[in-house]
Amino acid sequence: MAVRYLLGNEGIAHACLEANIDFASGYPGTPSSEVIDVLRVQKERSFTVEWSTNEKVAFENALAAAWCGLRALCTMKHVGLNVAADPLMTSAYTGVTGGFVVLSADDPFAHSSQNEQDTRRYAHFAKLPCLDPASVQEAHDMMRDAFALSEEFGLPVIFRPTTRICHSKGDVDVGEVGTDHRTAVFRGNPKQYVVIPAHTRVLHKALNEKQPALKKRLVELGYNRHTVRGKTAVIASGVAAAYVQEVLPDDVSLAVIGAYPIDEEWLRAFVDRHEKVLVIEELDPVVEEAVRQAATKTEVFGKMTGTVPFGGEFTPATVAAAMQEAGITPTVAFPAAAPVQGVPPRPPILCAGCMHRPTFYAMRKVFRDGIFPSDIGCYTLGLQLGAVDTTICMGASITIGSGIARSGEERPVVCTIGDSTFLHTGIPGLLNAVYNGADMLVVILDNRITAMTGHQPNPNTGVTAVGAESTPISLEAICRSCGASWVETVDPYDLPVLLDTFRRAKERKGVRVIIAKQPCVITARRSGVRRKPYAVDPERCTGCGVCRSFGCPAIAFSEKNATITELCAGCGVCADICPSGAIGKEGRR
Amino acid sequence: MKPSFDILIVGIGGQGTVLASNVLGEACILEHRSVRSAETHGMAQRGGSVESHIRIDGKFGSLIAPGTADLLIAFDLLEALRYRHYLPAGGRLVVNRHLVVPTSVYQQGLAVPDEESILAALSDLDVTCIDAAGLAEEAGSVLSQNIVMLGAASGDIPLRPETLEEAVRRCVPPKTVEINTKAFRLGRAAGKQGAPAP
Repeated sequence: MAVRYLLGNEGIAHACLEANIDFASGYPGTPSSEVIDVLRVQKERSFTVEWSTNEKVAFENALAAAWCGLRALCTMKHVGLNVAADPLMTSAYTGVTGGFVVLSADDPFAHSSQNEQDTRRYAHFAKLPCLDPASVQEAHDMMRDAFALSEEFGLPVIFRPTTRICHSKGDVDVGEVGTDHRTAVFRGNPKQYVVIPAHTRVLHKALNEKQPALKKRLVELGYNRHTVRGKTAVIASGVAAAYVQEVLPDDVSLAVIGAYPIDEEWLRAFVDRHEKVLVIEELDPVVEEAVRQAATKTEVFGKMTGTVPFGGEFTPATVAAAMQEAGITPTVAFPAAAPVQGVPPRPPILCAGCMHRPTFYAMRKVFRDGIFPSDIGCYTLGLQLGAVDTTICMGASITIGSGIARSGEERPVVCTIGDSTFLHTGIPGLLNAVYNGADMLVVILDNRITAMTGHQPNPNTGVTAVGAESTPISLEAICRSCGASWVETVDPYDLPVLLDTFRRAKERKGVRVIIAKQPCVITARRSGVRRKPYAVDPERCTGCGVCRSFGCPAIAFSEKNATITELCAGCGVCADICPSGAIGKEGRR
Repeated sequence: MKPSFDILIVGIGGQGTVLASNVLGEACILEHRSVRSAETHGMAQRGGSVESHIRIDGKFGSLIAPGTADLLIAFDLLEALRYRHYLPAGGRLVVNRHLVVPTSVYQQGLAVPDEESILAALSDLDVTCIDAAGLAEEAGSVLSQNIVMLGAASGDIPLRPETLEEAVRRCVPPKTVEINTKAFRLGRAAGKQGAPAP
């Protein structure tokens, strides 16, 4: 036992080690990525770990490991669970023999996400248990125990931390790393693993029959717990339970819901002892619906009474305001403090020297009237450069693009997708576009790594999660074998060639592919690449502002002229853009 | 009574706010104190505005409510202005005399306040303004500005300075321990002088 200062995700990963994990897979996605990142850099590893090409692939690999009797973990973010939803639903029927935990991290406030969906709904949908930790310590403790729970009921267990758990740190009491590993043995049982209708009807019945005992067990394990202190109560779940405890008066009862499904009898017994109950939970009213069904005469406050917000991330102040609204006086009065107005925004932007910037620049220059569907990754930040017209989910740039092209829209369609995203769900879209005769240009932004989530390797990188060399796949060969009529690879730092490639692509018909290839500027720097920074010759700079529109954070601009700051990564594209030839390598002018 | 001492560290992605908050967290572990903190990850690392919440002796959530921070450490003047509402009236601010103009200003032609007007706008707070870049250079690396800032604020932090120094040694890359220890001490000396804002 030791107390360490750990990130929620580090605590979760450590708990997996304590639980003798045998197999871990995942697809990176904020806020979940650090769990696999911690596991894959373990020096002495006696388990298998992989970054998979997408969440469905990760899920099925881990499920198979659990079918072989191993303890398996699969990680993703909430939207990744949509990709893995197909096997998720049926895995509840087949069940598992080893322990199987599916970590799906939710992101209230969509800090780094395209929606705010609630993983607890999937757990309910699939009839699977879901653990919902309220603190970093609890995230650790619950994850350590989750594998045993999975084995006890023979069911996958969903683990749902939120951003404020994954990316919070605290003093965490951790245990010893386990050394007791298992040997995989697949014991064939078609009645369990082959879901033909005759089997599946039986399996569905068995799944339903597991539910009552599961609900009782979650109470016994202390995940769902309460303290009765008065006639009024607050019921809270997830990190909101921590905020509630910070401001809860001594005479108000508290129930903390840390796991689903909730035992109705237990819940009714608690609710019935109170005249008034306030339910506080982030995102969907999952607990509130259960409370409303359980309540016979108790007055219930929550989202459905307008007392608690339906979306966004909560804070101690949000919770205190909801309590006030429900007639419960919080112990802390938070001041109304508003930010200063008019401070210029500082949103995240593409790095200085990022290869996506010149690619977007050239794309827009050649296709002035183009329609630009894009995808999930750093390059979504191309929105600020006017280079992103649509973004919905992984892989949707090519499919949305071909849909627009085939719907009769006459403007040219040029879509952008990263290498990792292309391998995730882009390939089926490309196949489909070729098969059905779309007329479009696909630009693969190939920076050799999954950059947005913290530089995880993918099949294009030439190295696995654990650092072993692996054959880098050929994007060109994939695109050609999908039937793309024209495939060109280009260095995006070479602006004249890049522009020429876009112009040549414009002259053709059918599905064309440009692969803009240059390592991510951050990984390049880490691997020792040093390029000379560029500088502006003030004598030649006319202050025309062309470089300013390029949007590089290393370019500063006054009314008179431009300067290049110490952020310069030396990509040199601005030198090609400058119409007066005022930009050159530092020291040469 | 407020049970925790709440520090907000703000800056720009890449300036080392997370490392600075790690030092505070490690120091809490060394002193057997409870601690909660929250970090910015993911999209905001790309040169965006970032914040780290640290609650020394914190036992509940990791988020500090606006208007209730005990100390604001800002690695950039503009970010100090952006997050000043986390402090109560007259609150304590330790800020780097440094201003990175956001690219949005050039792209969208927005107005950006200069150093003097930002300091004037912050003058109702208890401000210490630090030349972190200069002190970091003196320590041996411009990259140690975050530790300079931590040193400058250390007089206001309820942890022993020797614990903080030990935490610095544990958190920075082994090769840079000497530079960062010096950076911490130079910062601490500068912070103690309490150079008031002009």
